[in-house]
Amino acid sequence: MSFPWAKEYTPTNPVMRFFDEKLPLPRLVYNAVGAGYPVPRNLSYFWNFGVLAGFFLVLQIVTGVVLAMHYAANAQVAFATTEHIMRDVNWGWMMRYAHANGASFFFIVVYLHIFRGFFYSSYKAPREMIWLLGVVIFLLMMATAFMGYVLPWGQMSFWGAKVITGLFGAIPLVGEPIQVWLLGGFAPDNAALNRFFSLHFLLPFVIAGVVILHIWALHIPGSSNPTGVEVKQESDTLPFHPYYTAKDGFGLGVALILYFALVFFLPNTLGHPDNYIEANPLSTPAHIVPEWYFWPFYAILRAFTVDFLFIPAKLMGVIAMFGSILIWFFLPWLDKSPVRSGHYRPMFRKFFWFGLIPAMAVLFYCGGAPAEEPFVMLSQIATAYYFLHFLVIIPIVSQIEKPEPLPYSITEAVLGSDDKAVLGKNAKTAA
Amino acid sequence: MTKLLSIRLVAILVGLGFAVVALYSFVVGAYAAITEEAPAHLPYEEPRDIAYSFDGPFGKWDVQQLQRGFKVYNEVCSACHSLKFVAFRDLEQIGYDEGQVKAFAASKQVPGIDPNTGEATTRPGLPTDYFPSPYPNNVAAAAANNNAIPPDLSLMTKARHDGTNYVASLLMGYQEPSAELLAEHPEAAPAPGLHHNPYFPNLNLAMAPPLTTAGQVTFDDGTEATIEQMATDVAAFLTWTAEPTLVKRKQTGWPVLIFLLFATVLAYFSKKQIWAATKRKAA
Repeated sequence: MSFPWAKEYTPTNPVMRFFDEKLPLPRLVYNAVGAGYPVPRNLSYFWNFGVLAGFFLVLQIVTGVVLAMHYAANAQVAFATTEHIMRDVNWGWMMRYAHANGASFFFIVVYLHIFRGFFYSSYKAPREMIWLLGVVIFLLMMATAFMGYVLPWGQMSFWGAKVITGLFGAIPLVGEPIQVWLLGGFAPDNAALNRFFSLHFLLPFVIAGVVILHIWALHIPGSSNPTGVEVKQESDTLPFHPYYTAKDGFGLGVALILYFALVFFLPNTLGHPDNYIEANPLSTPAHIVPEWYFWPFYAILRAFTVDFLFIPAKLMGVIAMFGSILIWFFLPWLDKSPVRSGHYRPMFRKFFWFGLIPAMAVLFYCGGAPAEEPFVMLSQIATAYYFLHFLVIIPIVSQIEKPEPLPYSITEAVLGSDDKAVLGKNAKTAA
Repeated sequence: MTKLLSIRLVAILVGLGFAVVALYSFVVGAYAAITEEAPAHLPYEEPRDIAYSFDGPFGKWDVQQLQRGFKVYNEVCSACHSLKFVAFRDLEQIGYDEGQVKAFAASKQVPGIDPNTGEATTRPGLPTDYFPSPYPNNVAAAAANNNAIPPDLSLMTKARHDGTNYVASLLMGYQEPSAELLAEHPEAAPAPGLHHNPYFPNLNLAMAPPLTTAGQVTFDDGTEATIEQMATDVAAFLTWTAEPTLVKRKQTGWPVLIFLLFATVLAYFSKKQIWAATKRKAA
């Protein structure tokens, strides 16, 4: 579905006409990311990150497939084949650094995409399904990234795998059998490495499938926008191509400059030195830390240090860590404010900038720091705020807040008044 | 409506539940932090900042330095430490010619198989062979070194924080523990067979000082072999063994970034031009 004024695909040459009759793939692309998709005209650069996330997914799949041609998922040789890629495979070092830092950039753009969604309440009706699918993509990304980090079979690979699979051991009664079943043994070894490799290869294609559903669901109501006012008329929109292809093209250029600066000049900055030591089950690293993109959730896991009544601290940490993401699924039904954009929501905006963002920053920092004071105490306060923010503050604020006045339309927000719209043939004036 | 209200009511209760449990942990932790003394960390030093030719985005190898460092590895470190990811053929990258590499490889004995009996034996190395380990296995390595296995050095400078500086600082850092340190941390006194070094995270390591006297190695290029010179050169060599493609990586980065900068400027102006019409008011 689309707006009635969406341009229709008209093939101009016989080859495309042939295709359009037999398999309307060009039409699909035209309507998805071409001139056939009308998009609100006021999108800011915060709306670039969806396209960028798609780009980094493709980049990860391409570099990953090449790396898989040279890597061997066997605990005896995995570390050595990684070094073989770095030393002897032509441009292997570039492929591996591009893949490792590509994962980091994938998470950077996805985090910005998610926080754009938080601030502009992109999860609200009629876009709940887009949001739900997005949370699924994020969970799949986390699983994929975790298993990918295990593959080089360095010290952090091994001990990270041991800690994370150990979380399943916290489940009462059946925890340990489940952990042994997941690992294929009592500790991470060849069986675990092999299945992690298999799943690490599979899951990106599952992500790609869910991404298609995510975009499909997006095209039902169309994109949200910074005012949160729905599209009313043709002058509120611009065709995706050429306007947003051009804008995304510039955004992609900026992202690639930052990305390649990291790949070529600081490729190990975001990694941990211990992962250049081969996995050794007999030697525990001083501080086991996951990759930076897991730090906030790792801090939540470690915030629960004391048994509470009959709940063991470890189980509570595991529930909180998984729960901290699963609660995102309920956001569309927790936030009942009729206004979407944080720009017009004074209380919501304050809690976002002075509550959620600092809490996430504290969790991020403490997740990467050793499990000592004051980091543990800081992460306990931030964890408490994190859950209060989504489960208590958002429902209550959305009930009691008095939103600021909204513009009548997107056109009015951009051009000052509805009559000034240039591109609208059917533009109505504000009544 | 009542159903939605109940969803939010449940959410508020769950949210309060998580917050209460987290804050309970906080209160218990805060009480412990006030009443109990935190375990003291041994104060180890950050590595010294040493300037190298391969530092920075335009860095290049100093081939003379790599050759000097290689000599230090070969004559000192290789007695205990392996270099298993480096092949003799790789030495051509640091300025040795084919003949020199062949001769050096042949001077080393590598594990082999007797062609007549099939029994394990040793044979002179070929350029395609990797640097042989000084010990047949980890048990032998541990037995010969007071139970501490000397780690492989191929990746050492990448496997430590600020690795190149760390290796150089550690090699120059052996000293007697200061009286103030021992007064404050009596546990920092080296146990028998251990050696004090302020750059090592727990201040005492099993490796005896490997570079003890100036002139321990005679450099072919006439550079004076002070301990500092040997330590910085071998750290440079180990930076090369950890990432032989380091300089190529930086040199590849520049054309990529210059191209992207150019493309992004073009993308910016085309975006501006395409959008220009939409910002104009109707006449």
